[in-house]
Amino acid sequence: MQSHFLVLLVAIPLIAAPVCVLIKSRALVWALVSVVSGICFLLSVKLLILVSTSETALTYAIGFWDAPVGIQYRLDMVAAIVAFIVSLIAFIVALYSRVSLKDEIKAEKIPLFYSAYLLCLTGLLGITVTGDAFNLFVFMEISSLASYALISMGKNRAALISSFRYLIMGTIGATFLLIGIGLMYAHTGTLNMTDLAQRLPALLGKQSVQVSLAFIVIGLAIKSALFPVHIWLPGAYTHAPISVSAFLAGTATKVSIYALIRFLFTVFDQTYAVSKAHLGPAFIILAVVAMLFGSILALKQDNLKRMLAYSSIAQIGYLFLGIGLFSVSGLSATITHIFNHAIIKTTLFLVLGCMIYKLGHAQLSQLNGIGKRMPWTTAAFVIAGLSLIGVPLTAGFTSKWALVSATLEQEYLILTALIMFTSLLAIVYIWRVVEAAYFKEHETKTTTVKEAPLALLIPLWMLVILNIYFGIDTTINIEFARQAADSLFGS
Amino acid sequence: MNPVILLSIILLTPVACAVLVLVFSRFANIRDAISLISAIVLFTAVCLLFPFAYSNSIELKLFNLFPEIAFKFRVESLGMLFATLASLLWIINTIYSIGYMRGNNEKHQTRFYLCFAIAISSTMGLSMSGNLLTLFIFYEILTLSTYPLVTHKGTMAAAKSGRVYLGVLLGSSIAFFLFAIIWTWSITKTLEFTPGGIFSKDVDPAALSILLLLYVFGIGKAAIMPMHRWLPAAMVAPTPVSALLHAVAVVKAGVFSITKIVIYIFSPGLLVKIPTTELVIYIAGFTIIIASWIAFKQTNLKRMLAYSTISQLSYIIMAAMLATPFAIIAAALHIVAHAFGKITLFFAAGSIYTASRKTELNQLNGIGKIMPWTMVAFTIGGLSMIGLPPLAGFISKWYLLMGAINVQSWFVLAVIIISTLLNAGYFLPIIYSAFFKSPPAGETEIKEAPLPIVIALVCTAGLTLIFFFFPTVFTTLTQSLKGIL
Repeated sequence: MQSHFLVLLVAIPLIAAPVCVLIKSRALVWALVSVVSGICFLLSVKLLILVSTSETALTYAIGFWDAPVGIQYRLDMVAAIVAFIVSLIAFIVALYSRVSLKDEIKAEKIPLFYSAYLLCLTGLLGITVTGDAFNLFVFMEISSLASYALISMGKNRAALISSFRYLIMGTIGATFLLIGIGLMYAHTGTLNMTDLAQRLPALLGKQSVQVSLAFIVIGLAIKSALFPVHIWLPGAYTHAPISVSAFLAGTATKVSIYALIRFLFTVFDQTYAVSKAHLGPAFIILAVVAMLFGSILALKQDNLKRMLAYSSIAQIGYLFLGIGLFSVSGLSATITHIFNHAIIKTTLFLVLGCMIYKLGHAQLSQLNGIGKRMPWTTAAFVIAGLSLIGVPLTAGFTSKWALVSATLEQEYLILTALIMFTSLLAIVYIWRVVEAAYFKEHETKTTTVKEAPLALLIPLWMLVILNIYFGIDTTINIEFARQAADSLFGS
Repeated sequence: MNPVILLSIILLTPVACAVLVLVFSRFANIRDAISLISAIVLFTAVCLLFPFAYSNSIELKLFNLFPEIAFKFRVESLGMLFATLASLLWIINTIYSIGYMRGNNEKHQTRFYLCFAIAISSTMGLSMSGNLLTLFIFYEILTLSTYPLVTHKGTMAAAKSGRVYLGVLLGSSIAFFLFAIIWTWSITKTLEFTPGGIFSKDVDPAALSILLLLYVFGIGKAAIMPMHRWLPAAMVAPTPVSALLHAVAVVKAGVFSITKIVIYIFSPGLLVKIPTTELVIYIAGFTIIIASWIAFKQTNLKRMLAYSTISQLSYIIMAAMLATPFAIIAAALHIVAHAFGKITLFFAAGSIYTASRKTELNQLNGIGKIMPWTMVAFTIGGLSMIGLPPLAGFISKWYLLMGAINVQSWFVLAVIIISTLLNAGYFLPIIYSAFFKSPPAGETEIKEAPLPIVIALVCTAGLTLIFFFFPTVFTTLTQSLKGIL
C-alpha cells in the first residue's frame, strides 16, 4: 500500500476535481475539497516520514511500466518537503475558503472554482513527485491553466486583465520550458530525469544542449516571477479572490523554483551551471535587484494585497540568491525559505481575507483603528509580520539565519548587508500597517465592524501557530532542508 | 533546593505572572497582588540560586534551535548580578507602579502589568542565557514586549516615539547584532559563552575589528551614540516603565550583553589586541561628554535623566573596553550602582508628576519643602550619579578610575573628570532650587505622592546608601569574574 502513496497524492485530487462540478451544494463541495486536500496533507506527512527514514528516494512506476518506458514518480527529500508544504497550505486555505468565497464569487460558480482549485493542487503536487521531465511540463500546464481560471474569478474586472496578462507570460514560460525539454529529448532520447542526468554530461559541449538549459532557466524564471519577468505577479495577486492569492502566493512560485532546482541540480550538473553557464552571478544580481525593487515598491502601496505581492517579489529574490550561491548551505537556505515563506505569506494573505470579508477592502489608508475592532486578525498580522521580518522564535528567523550564514560562508559581506537592509525595509512596510491599526483613530463613526467569524479565524490562527512552531522546532525547515541540499549536491 | 529547579522557577515565575495577570484582569486588587507576589517569589529564587553562581556549572538545555545551536541557560556571576538587580528592583517597582498607575488613573493597566511581566521574564532569560543566540532571542523579546509600554498612551505622539524606539532597537539588532552573531558562528562554529573567549588566535584581526563594531552598535540598547535616539523617545512611557525598564532592565540588558560578549566571546586578552577597541573607547568617551552636555541643557526632568542615562551607560561600555580586571569589575558594579541611583531619580520624577503634574525643571523651585521625602531621595540619587561618597556611584567610579590609571589611559581619566563636573552641573542646581528657593505662592503645604510611591523611592534611595557600606554582596560576585579573566 505504501508504495501507492506517491501516485495517490496526485490521483486523489485529480479524480475529485471533475466530481466537484457535479455537486450543486456549496457546503458539500467545500466538504469534499477539504477532505481531499486533508487526505493529500496526511499522505504528504506520511511520505515525508518515509523519505526521512529511508536511505534512497521513493520511486513508483506508473502502470507498472518501468523507468525508461513508463513514467516514473520519484520522491526525494526536497520533493517531500515541497509536497508537504503545498498540501498543508492547500488544506488550510480550503478550510478558510468556505466563508471568504461567499462574497467574492457567485454561488453557481463555486463548484467550478473548487474544481479548478483541485486541478491546480494536482498540478503542483504532480510537479513535486514526478521524475519525468515532460510529465513535469504537463503538470505545470495543469496548474497554470487552473490558476488562470482561478485568478479570473476575482470580483472586479481588473481580475480578467490580470489573469490574461498572467496567461500570456505563463504561456511564454511554459513554451520555453517545453522547447528546453524538447531539445534535451532530441539529444538524449529520454525524458526520465535520472537517465537525463546520466546522458547529459557527455553532451554538455553541444550548443543546443546549452541552449536547452537557457530555455528551461528562463521559462522557469518567468513562472517563479524573478525580476524582471515578475510583471504578471502583482496584478494577479491583487485582483484574484483572496483564497487564490493566499494559495498561489504560498505554493505556485515556490513549486516553480523547486522545478528549477530539479533541473539545475538533478538533471544538469550543478558544476556545469556554475562554471560554464555562469548562472551564479546572474541569479545573484537579479536576486539583489528583486530584493531591493520588491521591498521598496512594497513601501509605497496602499492596497495591502499589492504590498504583499511586491514583498513576494523581494522574497523570491532571497530564494534565487540562495540558489545563486551554488553551495550546500545556499541551496538549503533556499529550501528553508521556500518552506517558511509559504507559511508566512499565506498567513498574511489570510489576514487580508478577514479584513476584506468585514470591510470589503484592504486599503491601508482606511484601516485606521482596526486593531481595536478586529483584535485577533490584527494580532495575526503582527505575528506573521514579525516572522516576515525575521524576529527570533518565528519561522522567518530560521530563513534569515540560513541565508545569512550561507552568504557569510562565501564571504559575500555585501550580500549579507543587503539581506539585512531589505529586512529593515520589511520592518518599515509591516509597521506602517501596525501603526495604522493600533494608533490612528478611525474617522468614521461606523464602529459596527466586529471581529471576523471563527470559520476564518481558526484556519488563520492554525497558520499563525505554525509560524511560531517552525521557529522553534526546526527539524523540517532546517535539518531536512540541509539533508535535501546535501543529497542534491551529492547526486 | 536543586539549582536547576531554581533556575526554572526564575525563568517561569514572570511568565506565570503574565498569564495570571491576564486571567485576573478584571480584579484589579488580585491582579496587582499577583505582580507583587511574583516579584517576591522571583527575588527569593534568585537569592537561593546565588551561591551556585560561582561554580559556573549550572546548566539547563531545552532544545536545539538549529542542529548545532541549543536554546540553553547557564548560571554565571555576571548574569547572576544582573538577575539579582532586576528582580530586587522589580519588587520595589511593582509597589511604585501600583501607586503610580492608580494615582494617575492610567488606562490599560492589565496590558501594562502583562507586558511588564514579559519584559522581566525576558530580562531573566537574557541574564541566564547560555549562548549568544539565546541571549539574542531574549534581547528581541525584550524590545517587542516593551514597545506597548512605550506607546502606552496610544496617541499619535506615542506612536511616533514608538517608531523611533522600535526602529532603532529592532533595526540595529537585526542589521548589526544578528549579522555579528551569524558571522561569529560562521567563524567559530560555536556560540557558547566560554571563559577565555571562543575566537582562536588565527582569526583575521580585520574581521574581529568589524565584528566588535557590529556588536557595539548592534546592541542598540546600550545607547552608544549614534544609537541613543530611542532612549529620550522612550520617555513618553509612564514613569514606572522609564524607571525599571529604561534605567535598569532594557538599557542594562544592552551593556550587560556587551560586557558578557567582551568576557565570554572575545575575552579581554584578545580585546586589547583588536584595533577598533580604542575607537570604541573614544566613541564611548565622546558619548559620555556629549550626552552629559545635552542633559545639562535640558529643561524637562525626564529627558534630562534620559540623557544622563546615555552618558552613564557609556561609562560601562568604556570600562568593558578597557578590559583590565579592575575595569571589568567597574563595569559590572556600575550596572548595579547606576541602577540604584537612576531608578531613585525616576521614581522621584514620577512622584513629582503624580503629586503636582510638574515635569519641567523650572517648576521645581522650593519643591523640597513640599515633598521632602521625594526630594531627599532625589538628592541621594543625584549625588550618587556624580559619584560622591557615601553613595553607590562612588564605588564603581573608584574601580573605573583605578582601571584607567592601571593602563594609563589619560583620555578615560579626562572624560571621567569632565563628565563628573557636568553631572554636578546639572544635578546640583536642581537640588539647590528645590531646597533653598521658595515655592510658588499658595503651595506651602506638604503634599507628598501616594504612599506606595514614597515607600518605593525611600527603599531605592536606601539601597544607594547601603551599597556603599556593604558592597560585598556584589563585589564577591565580581571578584569571581576576576578568576575567569
